[in-house]
Amino acid sequence: MREGESERTGDPGLYDYVPYRGRKPFAWPGGKKVAVWISPNLEFYELDPPANPHRKSWAKPHPDVVGYSHRDHANRVSHWRMADVMTKHGFPGSVSLSVALCQHHPRVVEDASQRGWEFFSHGIYNTRYSYGMDEAQERAIIEDSIRTVRDATGQTIKGWLAPALTHTPRTLDLIAEYGLTYTCDLYHDDQPMPVNTASGRLISMPYSLEVNDHYGFFVYNMSPREYADTLIRQYERLAAEPSGTVMCIPLHSYLIGQPHRIGPFEEVLRHIAADDRAWITRSGDIADHWISNVGDAA
Amino acid sequence: MSLDPAYLEYPRRREGYDHDLYTWSPMRERPPVAWPEGKTLAVWPVVSLEWFPITPNDKPFRAPGHMQTAYPDYRHYTSREYGSRVGVYRLLDAFAKAGVKASFATNAAIAERYPSLVADVVAAGHEIIAHSTDMNGTIASGLPEDEERALIAKSLDALEKATGTRPRGWHSIARSQSFATPRLLAEAGVAYCCDWVNDELPYVMTTEAGELVNIPLNHELSDRQIITVQQHSADSYVEQMLDAADWLTAEAAREGGGRMLPLQLTPYIMALPYRIGSLETLLETLAARADVWFATGGEILDSWKA
Repeated sequence: MREGESERTGDPGLYDYVPYRGRKPFAWPGGKKVAVWISPNLEFYELDPPANPHRKSWAKPHPDVVGYSHRDHANRVSHWRMADVMTKHGFPGSVSLSVALCQHHPRVVEDASQRGWEFFSHGIYNTRYSYGMDEAQERAIIEDSIRTVRDATGQTIKGWLAPALTHTPRTLDLIAEYGLTYTCDLYHDDQPMPVNTASGRLISMPYSLEVNDHYGFFVYNMSPREYADTLIRQYERLAAEPSGTVMCIPLHSYLIGQPHRIGPFEEVLRHIAADDRAWITRSGDIADHWISNVGDAA
Repeated sequence: MSLDPAYLEYPRRREGYDHDLYTWSPMRERPPVAWPEGKTLAVWPVVSLEWFPITPNDKPFRAPGHMQTAYPDYRHYTSREYGSRVGVYRLLDAFAKAGVKASFATNAAIAERYPSLVADVVAAGHEIIAHSTDMNGTIASGLPEDEERALIAKSLDALEKATGTRPRGWHSIARSQSFATPRLLAEAGVAYCCDWVNDELPYVMTTEAGELVNIPLNHELSDRQIITVQQHSADSYVEQMLDAADWLTAEAAREGGGRMLPLQLTPYIMALPYRIGSLETLLETLAARADVWFATGGEILDSWKA
């Protein structure tokens, strides 16, 4: 995208319009109709973060005891509860990682790594926002992310979900330049799509706000069983369509791993695992497959 | 456009937390907790006894449930009072019927205004813990430390005067603390607080005035969150609590060690005529389970420490 152009036209110039109707049917490996990936957000929120002039971090004066300690539940209790259920039913994670978690709680990161999960960056902390960064600052957090995840896990990140979903107009150009292949920040499609960037090659990976556990429980105020039913309906519909779609289940263990929610959620995994239309996989594998099999044809 | 370079500096990026209030400890790696008589699930009812002055105070913030209309907000003042006159007696009866003991997080003003209510709670064998002065007694950064210290002392003194026993537990309004609160509570001799929701078992907080135990009172499982905020029915609430109980009981059996299920109840929410029956069903269902131990915060603390 060209800086300045979107302010003039109102179109951020991210991608071309491609209507759903008329798309060529597509199958994932093994003839599967829907690629299902789970994205646990493994995050670290700071108790007393510095202020960003464009967005407040905590709703309350620091310390925001409920805000902070609710999220800390993930790193003491619920990560393992959620991860065990995923492993039990054969679902790997594709981790949206606050990379500073590698320093703060390396054993949480190690647990995810040992389960064969993929890591992509969700910024340094979920309390440090990209709004207002200049190019050098934004390069610094991308380079920090690549270096930190490589040092902690040996993996080279392929994807990006902006910290707390905060972007600048140059974020996508920069991550493509650094060789990342997918962004989880664009919600315009149920299939991967090419993203316009100044250099490199980037696709949009369908993530989800709508079936994100945060939206389910705190925007739509669903009960645990209503949320489980929502996920099953989402899966059933996508699996029934011919296009070859992606279903992401974005999770926060401090939400889905609460004792009243994890049981109904396990039933969702049991349901999808028992259905033969799902390619249960990781986001990087979806990106690799799409790029090598669809690529420029899309 | 650029940000202050300090925004990309991380002085507390280190192993462990970005503060020194408590240390990191994954629950499943701790020595297993054993509750009395081999029970695996401690169920801890916590009832809030609150008095909302009709003149709300916004410093440092207005308490959840407080007045909403222009003065005089008779509708909310009296609706909250309903809890302290009628609702709480339905809860006391339900607890008695199920043979259940609870912790009552009580404003000092309740003890001063309604001593017979506090006497009835104590006579039934429940625990009284401190819950600030009244619902204008909110705590957050910005409240001067000497005022916070005085608020804590006043709350504890009033309950001790009314009951003859100094409360061991503390629950802040909306669980909101300042950076000084854990130290001030330890300094005041409080044994446990129930404000931090980061765990499902008690753990130790360290302060310059000594140790304080936090017994996590899960806000996500509270009647306020499920019924008032998320607007689920009382029957859905019961289903969610039983799903939680089932999960925790199975997890305790699988991983070893006890688990804890807090039930945070608000008389003006849960004890309405059309909801109380659901709660009675929940209490009776849980009380009938062989693996359930109903306990107060003080009993949980003693068992956990033993």
